[in-house]
Amino acid sequence: MGGMTIEEVRTGVASGAATAASVAEACYARVAAEDGPGGKDIHSFLALSKERALAQAAKIDALAAKGEALPPLAGVPVGIKDVLVMQGSPATAGSKILQGYMPPYDAMAVTRLEAAGAVLLGKLNCDEFAMGSSNENSAYGPVRNPRAVDRVPGGSSGGSAAAVAAGFAVASLGTDTGGSIRQPAAFCGVVGMLPTYGRVSRYGLIAFASSLDRVGPFTTNVRDAATMLGVLAGKDALDATSSDKPVGDYVGALAKPVRGLRIGVPSEYFGEGLDPEIRAAVEKAIDGLRAAGCVVKTISLPHTKYAVPTYYVIATAEASANLSRFDGVRYGFRAGSRSGGGQTLSGMYRETRDEGFGAEVKRRILLGTYVLSAGYYDAYYRKAQQVRTLLTRDFLAAFAEVEAIVAPVTPTPAFKLGEKVDDPVKMYLEDIYSVAASLAGICGISVPCGETKEKLPIGVQVLARHFDEETMLRVALAVETGQA
Amino acid sequence: MAEGAGVSMDEVLRVAELANLELTPDEVPRMQRDLNAILGHIAELNELDTSGVEPMAQVGGVLGAEIGAAGADLRQDAVRPSLDRRAVMAAAPETDGRFFKVPKVIER
Repeated sequence: MGGMTIEEVRTGVASGAATAASVAEACYARVAAEDGPGGKDIHSFLALSKERALAQAAKIDALAAKGEALPPLAGVPVGIKDVLVMQGSPATAGSKILQGYMPPYDAMAVTRLEAAGAVLLGKLNCDEFAMGSSNENSAYGPVRNPRAVDRVPGGSSGGSAAAVAAGFAVASLGTDTGGSIRQPAAFCGVVGMLPTYGRVSRYGLIAFASSLDRVGPFTTNVRDAATMLGVLAGKDALDATSSDKPVGDYVGALAKPVRGLRIGVPSEYFGEGLDPEIRAAVEKAIDGLRAAGCVVKTISLPHTKYAVPTYYVIATAEASANLSRFDGVRYGFRAGSRSGGGQTLSGMYRETRDEGFGAEVKRRILLGTYVLSAGYYDAYYRKAQQVRTLLTRDFLAAFAEVEAIVAPVTPTPAFKLGEKVDDPVKMYLEDIYSVAASLAGICGISVPCGETKEKLPIGVQVLARHFDEETMLRVALAVETGQA
Repeated sequence: MAEGAGVSMDEVLRVAELANLELTPDEVPRMQRDLNAILGHIAELNELDTSGVEPMAQVGGVLGAEIGAAGADLRQDAVRPSLDRRAVMAAAPETDGRFFKVPKVIER
């Protein structure tokens, strides 16, 4: 199904040129051939939900056979990041601690996709509890970048980006806490969208950092991202942080020209450390926007350099609280007694968490516990929350002057597997261009804008005001059109 | 921000205890090294004067009316169906079908 768009699948199924079942079977055949060690060993899928997928495909095919109007994602094969729960499929969050957990319900995003006709193929690999920038922190093994199999796909939604890039799925769901959608999209050469905080329900998402976590789609093109957002967006009574702001006409907005839109280029995103090939590609994309009639101006987001340290205080603090629920009592894995029959409850908690969590998760739980502990709360946690305000004000001030911001997504293209695993600070600095938007809650999207001499994909991000996904998508489409 | 002091081995162990994590002897020095490296990076926040700046706990906080005042529309306090208990209990490592079973709570 490589290269197929949502509209191609839907019209194919509607016209009878294809069936939803045959599309799903073709995806599974491709996964069987290429995702495992017998193929390219991409390792994007952790579990397949074939029975559920084929039952849904049969439903769609029955609708099509009757000539009934088809929903917007009719027959579209979609993969789900394994931090969102899906009844009937194991949910691991890439962690051993959830091994064997079968969730008894569906995440709201899963429910909405299926109600819109999507065929859900299975669960996609990711960094453990979405903590990572390379997908090397999955307890079930890393994902390879389909565009260069010796390289990482990015993270934490590495499997979601790779599955779309490899043509295993037409779209997928990922989650972003500090860049986990835009960064892997850039590394794998696909489109990845971070909707505004509150735009998409998180009911059924295994929480990492609740003031940051968001759900968003991966697709091969901007129009498909708009279609996916139209299905996913909206108030959900089961998620108190979801917004009741009206859902926009995202696909309709794409028809509006970008002429006259003011585009901000933040000088702080083009400083030292930016790969020259990425700089050149992003500048070329900006030239394209200028040619399309946008008014481009240099802006400043003065607190940008503080975004990474701010993020690693806030995200780890929230994670240390959220992950306390994994203790061997309610879900999945419980460590056996290492001390014969003398195991106590507190001993069981510690053994379960010690055996169940990987090194990066432990590191972040420790850091989060430390910054929240007595005597350090004000110095670290409160301080970071104050800087988060400053970072957000940077964006609000910029959006008084421009409608959208365009910048690189990552300082470097996809790096080699194993290259950064031993240096957490170096790995965290991968997020330098993505975390600020995550902290501020604004919307963003990564769009492919060329490749390096080594044929590694390059991404450019378009950021826009809270709940202005329409403008963000219009500019993203203009960037994409400029590439053609 | 405890400048220069750094996190000691004992502090790593104390924090691990608070977090209900049991670290193996070879994990402790590694975690100490990593925490100090990360905290060193985080110390850059001290360059900023944040006196008088409101802390941001939620995105809605800075936007005010923009995202609907947080907590202003509490959901209705009404009974609604919840997940089937048997399905929930089935996911537990040890259960009698009604309750979660755990090892003894009081240590001797």
